[in-house]
Amino acid sequence: MSPTKTFARPISLVLGLCLVAFLYGCSGQSGGGGGGTGSIRLNGMGATFPNPLYQKWMSEYGKLNPNITIDYNSQGSGAGIQGIMKQTVDFGASDAPMSDADLKAAPGEILHIPTVLGAVVITYNLEGVSQPLRFSPDVIADIFLGKIKKWNDDRLKKDNPAVALPDKEITVVHRSDGSGTTAVFTDYLSKVSPEWKEKVGTDKSPQWPVGQGGKGNEAVTGQIKQQPNTIGYVEIAYAIQGKLPVGLIKNKSGSFVEPSLDAVTAAAAESSATTPDDLRVSISDASGPTTYPISSYTYVLVYKDQKDAAKGKALVDFLWWGIHDGEKFAKDLNYAPLPADIVKRAEAKLNSITSGGQPLRK
Amino acid sequence: MPPTADATGPRARAWNWRRLLSPTGSRGDTLFRGLLFLCVVVILLIVASMIVSMASNSRLSIDKFGWRFLTGRSWNPVKSDFGALPFIYGTVMSSVIALVLAVPLSLGVAIFLVEQAPVRIARPLAFLVELLASIPSVVYGLWGIFVLAPFLREHVEPVLGRWLGWIPLFRGTPTGIGLFTGGIILAIMITPIISAVVRDVLEAVPTSQREAALALGATKWETTRVVLANASSGIAGAIILGLGRAIGETMAVTMVIGNRPEISASLFDPSYTIASVIANEFTEATDALYLSALVEIGLILFLVTFMVNGVAKLLVWSVTRGTSGTARAG
Repeated sequence: MSPTKTFARPISLVLGLCLVAFLYGCSGQSGGGGGGTGSIRLNGMGATFPNPLYQKWMSEYGKLNPNITIDYNSQGSGAGIQGIMKQTVDFGASDAPMSDADLKAAPGEILHIPTVLGAVVITYNLEGVSQPLRFSPDVIADIFLGKIKKWNDDRLKKDNPAVALPDKEITVVHRSDGSGTTAVFTDYLSKVSPEWKEKVGTDKSPQWPVGQGGKGNEAVTGQIKQQPNTIGYVEIAYAIQGKLPVGLIKNKSGSFVEPSLDAVTAAAAESSATTPDDLRVSISDASGPTTYPISSYTYVLVYKDQKDAAKGKALVDFLWWGIHDGEKFAKDLNYAPLPADIVKRAEAKLNSITSGGQPLRK
Repeated sequence: MPPTADATGPRARAWNWRRLLSPTGSRGDTLFRGLLFLCVVVILLIVASMIVSMASNSRLSIDKFGWRFLTGRSWNPVKSDFGALPFIYGTVMSSVIALVLAVPLSLGVAIFLVEQAPVRIARPLAFLVELLASIPSVVYGLWGIFVLAPFLREHVEPVLGRWLGWIPLFRGTPTGIGLFTGGIILAIMITPIISAVVRDVLEAVPTSQREAALALGATKWETTRVVLANASSGIAGAIILGLGRAIGETMAVTMVIGNRPEISASLFDPSYTIASVIANEFTEATDALYLSALVEIGLILFLVTFMVNGVAKLLVWSVTRGTSGTARAG
């Protein structure tokens, strides 16, 4: 070994340490920068799905209220639930509502504030097929159960009489990472297929009977685009942005509905009557002629009793702004806005938040 | 033993302490050795605390499944039934494929750069090879999905299936997403690492040895063999380094391997690795047993790496026992 190399090691180590120290200094400064008089810093963590919208909200809200800084860390719904339960963040975010067991284990009462709606679409890659395919719920379940193996299966043909379906094997692509998208999709399949419910169930990463997994919406989209005769599911925003072919799905009322943001909002509006008081609800497989069946809410999770009155007030005001003014940013980013009735009910939730017995919104 | 033990005792102990750290007795040396020793202790502490925290966090799963966890083939969070065998298989197999492909390739690259290529070509080529090592793995993964997988599906897998289909490994439908593609991506990723280290090792072999071989009338090929024999322990070190990267690689593999916890005879079928399943499922695992199973599988990755490294070291030892081992890696 040459002598220059022997000396290069300690020097690079020292340089590395300097870099770390420098970066640490920077982060310390930026952290302290927001700590001026009267300024408030809120910390959130959770679902990745609403992250682009929340980032938009935070930047727009920051322009209106320069003294409030909000950070959102999109680590996943699971992390959001853990974060709010262990009180490491000011608010959590999750696509699926919290379980009864988690709510009971939390140190205080946690409220679910719905912010926007999302949907999961069926996308596919079939050469020579230009018109959108139609799917019945039981057909989707049986494809993902591995019972329908060929594209020219009689049950697929029945729903798509005008389409020349090829005699090719179906390759199923699903998410491999734990995700709210998968939870919404499997929740729908469990509702429409007793066999799915019994064999697979609802989960963020279930044991899939068939198919290959892709990490994230990007990888699933990529695998479907690159492999002929594939079928999979992605978050609606990806289908719209990527201009993917999407399937029409037969809803509870028997009509084949194209996935659209309006059809998702319609599903929430139609389910409003059956939505429980705590707003924890699954709106997949909703009734009504115009509803898109694989839809769901995404929630922000907050404690009903806020420890710090100033922070609590800032949080409540931010969420109030979000479900009113913030909703107008939703459609541009391919999220479905809340129906008016649910906004009313979310308002009541925000109004019920207190600190030291005093309501924070007057 | 001196009679005035009370007076000399502490001094003697201090002297011993310095003697232990620095046989020469110089104060600067003592400080230097002390610092180095501290570095080693820090690393040991980090490793030990990792093992302890992984073991304690996987307690739930170890208690529930016991040894069955190692042989179980089911991975079902809904029914809380977990087994690690498909992941162990996928990790080991993909690394083996990667090594089988990458070792000859990177040896060839390194030998060419050191022994054959003129300096004018060798410098930029070496730079390019090392550049490959700095590409983020997610980029490899996306390239894998969009370029490599379709290419393998259309042009490589069908050909392999036609000629080698009698071996179960190459039977099955070519999809482009599976263990085979995962192994190839890994091979591409570890080639620059192995070849960069092997290049350094070959350059460290004294020129006098080449001259001696040539003077004895050896051909270029025979001279290269002499050089390789002298560098063998360093080359083995380079391969172990590459293997370590292959076993732990997460992002690129998970993009192309198909992420299916199943042991299938065919290399074309989807598979799963330990690092991938942790990256995929850890963020959204909320159930205590599920989390614990994921931590335990991380512990297993630790042990697998440990064992594979041990086996590799043993191989190196058995190969280099006879040679003097003038050149070493790292």
